[in-house]
Amino acid sequence: MDAANHNWRKAKNTMMQTLAFACAILVILPLVLVFFHLVTQGASSINWAFFTQLPKPVGEVGGGMANAILGTFILITLASLIGVPVGVLGGVFLSEYTHKRLNWWIRFTADVTNGVPSITWGMVVYALIVVPMKGFSTLAGGIVLGLMMIPLIMRTTEEVLQLVPSGYREAALALGIAQWRMIIQIVVRTALKGIITGILLALARVAGETAPLLFTAFGNGYWTHKLTEPIAALPLQIFNYAISPYDDWHRQAWAGALVLILLVTAVNISVRVLTRDRFSRRSA
Amino acid sequence: MDNHFETGLDVLKQKLLTMASHAETAVNRAVQALVQRDSDLAQRVKEDDRVIDQFEVEIDELAIQLLTKAPLATNLRLVTVAMKISQDLERIGDEASKIAKRARDLALEPPVKIVLDLPRIAGLALEMLKAALDSFVNRDSAAARAIIPRDKEVDALNKQIHATLVQHMEENPDTIGRCLHWIVAAKSIERIADHATNVAEDVVYLCEAQDIRHTGVKSQNATPASA
Amino acid sequence: MAAISQSTSGAGAEQKSATDTALAVRNLSVFFNDKAVLKNVTMDIAARAVTAIIGPSGCGKSTFLRAINRMHELNPEARMDGEICLFGDNIYGSGIEPVIVRRRVGMVFQKSNPFPTMSINENVTVGLRLNGVRDKKILAERTEQSLRMAALWDEVKDRLHAPAISLSGGQQQRLCIARALAVQPEVLLMDEPASALDPLATQKIEDLIIELKKIYTIVIVTHNMQQAARSSDFTAFFYLGELVEFGPTAKIFTSPAQKRTEDYVTGRFG
Repeated sequence: MDAANHNWRKAKNTMMQTLAFACAILVILPLVLVFFHLVTQGASSINWAFFTQLPKPVGEVGGGMANAILGTFILITLASLIGVPVGVLGGVFLSEYTHKRLNWWIRFTADVTNGVPSITWGMVVYALIVVPMKGFSTLAGGIVLGLMMIPLIMRTTEEVLQLVPSGYREAALALGIAQWRMIIQIVVRTALKGIITGILLALARVAGETAPLLFTAFGNGYWTHKLTEPIAALPLQIFNYAISPYDDWHRQAWAGALVLILLVTAVNISVRVLTRDRFSRRSA
Repeated sequence: MDNHFETGLDVLKQKLLTMASHAETAVNRAVQALVQRDSDLAQRVKEDDRVIDQFEVEIDELAIQLLTKAPLATNLRLVTVAMKISQDLERIGDEASKIAKRARDLALEPPVKIVLDLPRIAGLALEMLKAALDSFVNRDSAAARAIIPRDKEVDALNKQIHATLVQHMEENPDTIGRCLHWIVAAKSIERIADHATNVAEDVVYLCEAQDIRHTGVKSQNATPASA
Repeated sequence: MAAISQSTSGAGAEQKSATDTALAVRNLSVFFNDKAVLKNVTMDIAARAVTAIIGPSGCGKSTFLRAINRMHELNPEARMDGEICLFGDNIYGSGIEPVIVRRRVGMVFQKSNPFPTMSINENVTVGLRLNGVRDKKILAERTEQSLRMAALWDEVKDRLHAPAISLSGGQQQRLCIARALAVQPEVLLMDEPASALDPLATQKIEDLIIELKKIYTIVIVTHNMQQAARSSDFTAFFYLGELVEFGPTAKIFTSPAQKRTEDYVTGRFG
């Protein structure tokens, strides 16, 4: 082969490698920028008070987002109570019981619903729950987040269950085990890690939703004592503080955003830890 | 993979048939040497027996190799029957050698004045051998079954020859030595017929998967293959 | 609606003579989407013997096996005709649940499939536990008994709590056999149990089959004719959904009656 040809091919190879590397950097860059910004702007405002105190009115120094942090946790707990059972059972139904037409429609609906903008969700729940209840409430906030979780969890559950080899189902049935028992104790148990991963990812996703909460939970400057009262949530609080004209509140918003992203990152890391391959020995 | 196996089977069949033709030739020549007092011919028969022996070794080796391929049904029966037939053919060759030896001994001495039906018994035995080998080639079970009763005829003829020779020896004691040679030669021919019968029984097993040896039921009719 | 009670353990069948029929198959036909995969099969499978099912791909032998424990019903487009009587009880009788049939007829699959989230002894007892057996003593006894019968006890008795997937391929298959035996079926179906194993492991499985037939009726589907010849008492040859020939193994492999059987067995097709 020509030496010139060879050099040209080497050069092409190097160009492509550099290009690929540059693209990879471009992908990571936004995340790095976000973290960098959040840390530089928000870290200074993170202190014990931030986690324990209620927001103070403008002008007073200090205060925190304790109620918003707690509120986010309460909301995602409520959402899980709705989203997890319905989503997981729905996923089980789609995967394990074959009714071709019906399943097709369910999947189609779930996929469409996944694409519904979150603000639309907020408006729907506003009309259906907030208006009849004559007020914003924690319940409404939990419901809207739960409804958003359902199609997510249902689809990931179904996909994970489909990955369980049919050999296990057949082996269990061949032992004379009833189908529902087989599904729960064999199939779901085998896919459990994947299902939990799906749930956690859905939780992380809805934890950061702001728009639907505008219409349902509404936010609260104080502690919430009843489910029928409005409740504060991190994204809401961040939004309110960020559009305000006060510097102090801006700083707190940055801190809140940092806390939120740390929360999401923590969830992702725990997902990684959960799904690591514990058994390094494989069958011969 | 089966093409190789089928080729192996064909080679086995060919070797067997070649060995058979050598054996037939040996018997023919041995009888001829005996009747025509031809020492040179007798010597050739004895030398050619080595070829027949070598064939038996080769066929057994090839058969064992084919058995490692685990043949089944007809193929399995063919390989095992080939081993058996080659053994019978080798024995036929040995009998032919014995006849040739007696022929050479008799040629050295003056002929005995006696009329023996040796050409007839030899002819019968040779016919039986040829028929058995043909039935193998044609996989003709009925033809093979038809050979088996003819052995009785050969036995009877041998008895007759034996009796004639014994009487001659009693009347002419000086011919005892030569007559004994004739008795042995006739016995060898009778044994050749026995071996031909064995080959026929093997052919019946090959075609019908029925073992008719030692049963005493030697019918002419072929039984239909069992369902 | 007659309920079939689970009969006492397979070992309690010593009163039955060796010529008992375990499975009387009469005019069995199976259709997938109205296409006949099995056509009018009639045969008697002997008790406490090994019956091998051979035939080229697509001949219906796996479908036949799965019809014996009603596993073909997992396919929603499956339909069947005819009957199969398990020691006198028609498994397709009205009101008979497949679950009941499957507790009397066990199955071992081509690819070993021990449940990955369970340990060795959990796998063995899963059939019992998930059917309500709680007594720890019984479970422990059954575990040892089944693992001994599957010739696996000595290799795993010190690590019963190790994950089942840490075993080698051959061991996993024997574990699956132990798992099937733990529910004390009367018949054991095996769908090409050794085809994914190396020769040594295959040998162990074949030796195991010959031991197990003293207690259980075994029906084994195999594409390996040497295996059928080595380890079975009776052989059935299927072709294009029909039972072509059925008889003692020795006869089928030395002098089959049907030309199609002869052609298949000598490798002229399939």
